[in-house]
Amino acid sequence: MIEIQHLKKSFGDKTILNDVNLVMQTGKCNLIIGSSGSGKTVLLKCIVGLFTPDEGKVLYDGQSMTELTVQEKKGLRQQIGMLFQGSALFDSMTVEQNIKFILDMFSDLGHKEKMKKVNEVLARVNMEGANKKFPAEISGGMKKRVGIARSIVLNPKYLFCDEPNSGLDPQTSLVIDKLIQDITTEFNITTVVVTHDMNSVMEIGDNIFYMYQGHKQWEGSNKDIIHSKDEKLNEFIFASDFLQDAKQMRMMDAEQSKKEGNTAVRQ
Amino acid sequence: MRFFSKFGQYLLMLKGMFTRPENPKMYWKEFMHQCVEIGIGSLPIVVIISLFLGAVTTVQTAYQLVSPLVPSSTIGQVVRDSMILELSPTVVSIVLAGVVGSKIASELGNMRISEQIDALEIMGINTKAYLVLPKIVAALLMIPCLIALSAFLGIWGGRTAADMSNIVAADIFDIGLRTNFSPFNVFFAMSKAYTFAFIVSSVPAYYGYYVTGGSLEIGRSSTTSVVVSCVLILIADYALAALLL
Repeated sequence: MIEIQHLKKSFGDKTILNDVNLVMQTGKCNLIIGSSGSGKTVLLKCIVGLFTPDEGKVLYDGQSMTELTVQEKKGLRQQIGMLFQGSALFDSMTVEQNIKFILDMFSDLGHKEKMKKVNEVLARVNMEGANKKFPAEISGGMKKRVGIARSIVLNPKYLFCDEPNSGLDPQTSLVIDKLIQDITTEFNITTVVVTHDMNSVMEIGDNIFYMYQGHKQWEGSNKDIIHSKDEKLNEFIFASDFLQDAKQMRMMDAEQSKKEGNTAVRQ
Repeated sequence: MRFFSKFGQYLLMLKGMFTRPENPKMYWKEFMHQCVEIGIGSLPIVVIISLFLGAVTTVQTAYQLVSPLVPSSTIGQVVRDSMILELSPTVVSIVLAGVVGSKIASELGNMRISEQIDALEIMGINTKAYLVLPKIVAALLMIPCLIALSAFLGIWGGRTAADMSNIVAADIFDIGLRTNFSPFNVFFAMSKAYTFAFIVSSVPAYYGYYVTGGSLEIGRSSTTSVVVSCVLILIADYALAALLL
């Protein structure tokens, strides 16, 4: 479980996060949603320790990230897996080397065992056979899958995903969403996903936190979100959900054809 | 004010490099990789530059030595001291600031922009120690070797040019090479080599590591790092000459 207490972060005069309080549950996909500039990526970077918060605490199973020593922080980070927006794979390494790198750095396993582990995680994300390919030779969706494989190779307790569906087509997005959800339940880990993709929200959003102007505006599940009365949240959902537009257009078309049908009957 | 802020950030980067390595084997591997990149990678350009520097110095010295009172072996002496004292350490370092420096800055800059550095940090790796320290240590090991090789090749290039263009016979040139040789000059050249090696590696590493923005900024930081390195090399060159000679 990850708990965020009274988190504040500013850059110069600009306050990005203002008194954010969240509880992210284990074994569930915790989604942070919000429009661009709402502070969700800064929040994620504060949680993983890439930014130091001005005030407040980030507790990993009760342990405060900010109060840990350098060595303790390193230990905690080895329990964290992260999928970056651009995948952040190492360009000069093959897919296999990208994953094996973490094992080389942190595990005492022999070469054969390491390779077995690498092949296992690649199979888990349906990327068998791509071992010798370089990141430049694979598609965006495949890069994301390799990114996921790399982040789960050390069996992390916490998985963070920053915009996992950005730049992907809806079908591939669905595959990535499903993968994240399956891994979360399979390994019983705390997953935090930053997204503004409403399809992901409806698909995997066990816990959803809607960020608005640096604070948490709304909290609930994917079942609650469509019935929410929160004005700001509704503005965000309807602005971003093209399905709502399509639905409205379909209704208008139906009304139009109904009218035309009535006119034809009168004539 | 901005200068002090940047200088402070540079010092903090250097301080941040000194932590216990997560896995010494991986650090050693990275160090060896950087030795190959910096040392072997720069070898062709250093060889070409050194040979021609020596040859040109010979021809130009001969052109200026018109007095019949000055023995022609002096050309060898001038070429030797010019190569050891100034041309090899300074010119080769300035060339390496372009070759090695821009590579370091753009490599780290690209890693920063594409979040690869963040990915390493998340894994629990001290990126300053893993990415910057091996580059600086490799430069400190390889650049003085390249400069020593450059001095040798420069003198040899000068001797060959003198002999081939009938400026002075090789045995006369050799007499000049052996006349009034001061081992202190080699010490001075090596002092410069280590100082310049540190500048050539640490300054571009700083500019690359802290780059912000996009691909345009990577190019800008790479260019800035080369310019700053060259200026610092020239300042350090003067400072060392004033202090040690």
